[in-house]
Amino acid sequence: MSSRNVFAGLTVDGVSKTFRNAKKSVHVLRDVSLKVEAGSIACIVGKSGCGKSTLLRVIAGLETDYDGTVTLSGSVLRGPGRDRGVVFQEPRLLPWLSVEGNIAFALQGLTPFEKRRRVLRYLKKVGLTKSARSYPHQLSGGMAQRVAIARGLVNQPKVLLLDEPFGALDALTRIQMQQETLRLWEALRPTMVMVTHDIDEAIFLGDQVIVMSAGPKTIRKKLSVTLPRPRDRNSPEFAALRREILAEFFVDA
Amino acid sequence: MKGRRSPVFAKISSLVLYVFLPFALLALWQGLFALGVVRPLLLPPPTRIAAAFAELLGNGDLLRHLGISMLRVCEGFLAAAALGIGLGIALGLSRTLEKSLDLVIQLMKPIPPIAWVPLTILWFGIGEESKVFIIFLGAFFPILMNTIDGIRQTDVRFVEVARVFETSRWRFVSRVVLPGALPSIMTGLRFGMMVAWMCVVAAELVAASSGIGFLIMDARQMMQTDQVFVGMITIGATGKLLDVVLRKIERRLIAWKVEF
Ligand SMILES: Nc1ncnc2c1ncn2[C@@H]1O[C@H](COP(=O)(O)OP(=O)(O)O)[C@@H](O)[C@H]1O
Ligand SMILES: [Mg+2]
Repeated sequence: MSSRNVFAGLTVDGVSKTFRNAKKSVHVLRDVSLKVEAGSIACIVGKSGCGKSTLLRVIAGLETDYDGTVTLSGSVLRGPGRDRGVVFQEPRLLPWLSVEGNIAFALQGLTPFEKRRRVLRYLKKVGLTKSARSYPHQLSGGMAQRVAIARGLVNQPKVLLLDEPFGALDALTRIQMQQETLRLWEALRPTMVMVTHDIDEAIFLGDQVIVMSAGPKTIRKKLSVTLPRPRDRNSPEFAALRREILAEFFVDA
Repeated sequence: MKGRRSPVFAKISSLVLYVFLPFALLALWQGLFALGVVRPLLLPPPTRIAAAFAELLGNGDLLRHLGISMLRVCEGFLAAAALGIGLGIALGLSRTLEKSLDLVIQLMKPIPPIAWVPLTILWFGIGEESKVFIIFLGAFFPILMNTIDGIRQTDVRFVEVARVFETSRWRFVSRVVLPGALPSIMTGLRFGMMVAWMCVVAAELVAASSGIGFLIMDARQMMQTDQVFVGMITIGATGKLLDVVLRKIERRLIAWKVEF
């Protein structure tokens, strides 16, 4: 295979995942396939319990026992790696480390000087330079999640995976965070896969929106969003996409 | 504002609440003596105990014996802390190691330190080593068990964070496991210190020619009940003081948790 033919982005190919315990087995993902172009944003929407987090965990390498393959830049992924940054649903900051310490926690093998410089650079990108020495319990929910995003990006990963990162924030903070995420993405251009239950968020950010269904836990629909950014949530095109996605949700209701 | 009291008043009233019972008991006790209800030889009044306290303090006996006991506690406790935390970390991190040592630990843990006294006298004589060894045994198990427990309770969510960023083993232990286990380790240290302090007195009661326990035993043989009380009160007060010190250290070390 010549390197020219290698797909530079992320692929998920025929992934199925079953959780087994002594009594029963739960099929959580069934034959899920998707393709995310390098440097683009894919948003996954679906009802709670339909397997979104599990899919993200498969890509992150936190689940290892599944069928199918996940590839990044042509190589098959097995297990976690620093080529993928992860932002969890809750910030998951270590409470005993400062903001700086939490971001530095993600870095390996740099001199202390380089490390500090890198941490400060990413703190600046998320607008938290002043909170470098604060501790997680001193931060608001939005600030904590920004630290988590900085931690996810500080290794300069090819892919950033986000699992409902703004789900716990109030509506105004959420919109602000979406804009900041877009700004970060434009500056750094990582491939992004973001799980959300907020349809507007998915249309606002995504190059494609992937709708997962809960019945057979697989992908119901993929839409590409070609509206120019920044997108106007009140435009007729936006509303049309929203209606189209919403319709998918009420099919199996 | 009506109904709200000033902070100074609140502070004073909480202090009063804290010391009321001990003072009331003291007053009752002195009252019983004044009424002639109890024989002073069996229960000397607080005033007489205070006099004995002043005397033992004055001739230096009290501080000398206390100093000796404290030194024994420090040696035994520090050895127990080093070994208990060290082994606890190793066992907490390795299921195989834990499995292989579990039965021995479970069998040794219920043996009270005092039951070791006859053996330690045979092994070490009645010198310092035997006391320090008994203190060590008493403090070791609470520290060990709490350390293992703290490490076992490492938050899986943080374990995943470490996996995602491919954190090195060393950094995982030092930045995730140990800080998370610290509250539990501190509980073990405080409990271990209490047991160490109880052990020193017990060991000195049985076989010693110095220390606070010896002071009590010696006073009893001389029928100086007031000095027995001085010794006992000193033990209680010192134990409380040691715990206050450890609690201060604990607050400082886990400041991130206190403010929740
Ligand atoms: N470790 C697990 N063991 C068993 N079942 C699980 C496990 N993790 C998730 N599940 C189940 O898989 C389904 C999908 O979970 P999840 O991926 O978290 O959904 P979502 O993120 O879309 O809400 C749920 O029904 C959940 O109960
Ligand atoms: Mg989820």
